[in-house]
Amino acid sequence: MSVRKNFPILKTKINGHDLVYFDNAATTQKPQAMIDALSEFYQKYNANVHRSLNPLADLATQKYEKTRQAVADFLSAQKNEIIFTRNTTEGINLVAKTFARSFLKSGDVVLLSVAEHHSNIVPWLQLKKEIGIELAYLPIDKNGYLDIEQFKIMLTDKVKFISIQAASNVLGSIHDYQTILKLAKAKNITTLLDAAQIVSHVGLDVKELACDFLVFSAHKMFGPTGVGVIYGRKELLQMMPAFLGGGDMIEQVLKDNFTTNAIPHKFEAGTPNIADVVAFQSSLEFLQNLTWENIQKEEKELTDYLWQEMQKLDFIDIYGKNLLNKHLPIISFNLKNAHAHDVAEILGEQGIIVRAGQHCTQVLHDTLGVSATVRASLAFYNTKKEIDILIKALKEIYQKFKV
Amino acid sequence: MDIYEQNIIDHYQNPHHHGRLAEPKLSSEEINRSCGDKIIVDLQIEDDEIKNIGFQADGCAISVASMSLLSDYLVNKKTAEVLVLKYQDVLNILGVPVAERRYKCVLLGLLAVQNIILKAENKPERIWDDLM
Repeated sequence: MSVRKNFPILKTKINGHDLVYFDNAATTQKPQAMIDALSEFYQKYNANVHRSLNPLADLATQKYEKTRQAVADFLSAQKNEIIFTRNTTEGINLVAKTFARSFLKSGDVVLLSVAEHHSNIVPWLQLKKEIGIELAYLPIDKNGYLDIEQFKIMLTDKVKFISIQAASNVLGSIHDYQTILKLAKAKNITTLLDAAQIVSHVGLDVKELACDFLVFSAHKMFGPTGVGVIYGRKELLQMMPAFLGGGDMIEQVLKDNFTTNAIPHKFEAGTPNIADVVAFQSSLEFLQNLTWENIQKEEKELTDYLWQEMQKLDFIDIYGKNLLNKHLPIISFNLKNAHAHDVAEILGEQGIIVRAGQHCTQVLHDTLGVSATVRASLAFYNTKKEIDILIKALKEIYQKFKV
Repeated sequence: MDIYEQNIIDHYQNPHHHGRLAEPKLSSEEINRSCGDKIIVDLQIEDDEIKNIGFQADGCAISVASMSLLSDYLVNKKTAEVLVLKYQDVLNILGVPVAERRYKCVLLGLLAVQNIILKAENKPERIWDDLM
């Protein structure tokens, strides 16, 4: 497929084998346009933003703010509703430690799910220790999707905040997050959508979703590492206290007091990751040029083929189900008689890059009753031929470990 | 060279000293959180010498084979000799070129064994990096 030529790393060899990159849920690869934009920034525009009154700083600031506008357009948000962080983890932490810490009180329930990434559990556990909130965990159904019927039962008056993933980084299930957000809205409950996994697969419109916060990372959508995004509804961002204190987030600093800058700068203390934010704009452009329609068509074919071929193997256990049009190109599995880490090790030596372990979801793995899984996660630039290579390698590993 | 040579697979599938000791006086549990591997080791120590060892493991081939091969090596060794063992020593016992990314798999058993001895001697327990 011609789209592959935009990703130079796909030509890399590992131990003489062609790279088969099946770890896209961990981080995606980068298009040449983004790599060029990053280098170009340092070569032509590097200056600090939002401060020095000089033409070079103006250029850097314009480029930095242009990405903010591009992200706002991408999500159908307003520009000042977009905050840059380092990653999704920092985004959830910011919301938990500013909004939730200020406006929740002891005994209030924060609703999560058993499938959440550690980044959407630990900040809430910290808050539980700190101010005594309670946590409730929405279960998954037998197919690996968030259980909506159970959600309706758990949506009591004590629930004051819902922080939930749009899709599972392990099972690949795309949950019915639209319904969850709608039901929460009807009860006036504040919501955060963890879009880290879904953002490179599905278009998101925050006005339509009516979520209060939405977070994701640039590096999982063909952008640079070190850039995270928070969308926050304007009224909420304005009433929230600042997160970190320092330069750029203040309006004035006196010896015994300070006032905060306007949003979004109130939440961006210190020199941000300017070059990577600037380069991220070319990843967004790249995605827009590809169009969701093409991406989804390609990924659906890959997902269906991957699941079809994996299900033919009688020596593996697969977790979750590939329900029609509700699944990411992800599969998590285990080989009988071989541990996940050994499988990933042998695949890796042949250039097939997958992840093994708990994928930062220990609660989910405890729920599934397994200590570790192997995960293959694909993107639109992967091919059916690469899936065939994986299947062949798995058969060989099974032979090796057969008792 | 393949790290999963037949000897390693054999030790993984039929580990030596597998199973808990009858009435273990000294036990330790270690968990490799990065992959979910778990090991419980029992030691029988007499006159500062390891007389018997038993373990139960839920782990990968490298961690189970490491513990299995290590357990053969440890019987009749003085505890002082065991406490100076490090990562490279277990690699030598394994005899296959395991990449450093698997260091926790290699060290899980040794860490458990050393911490049993240290605990019995009322000394501070070790962490992964201490064995590198």
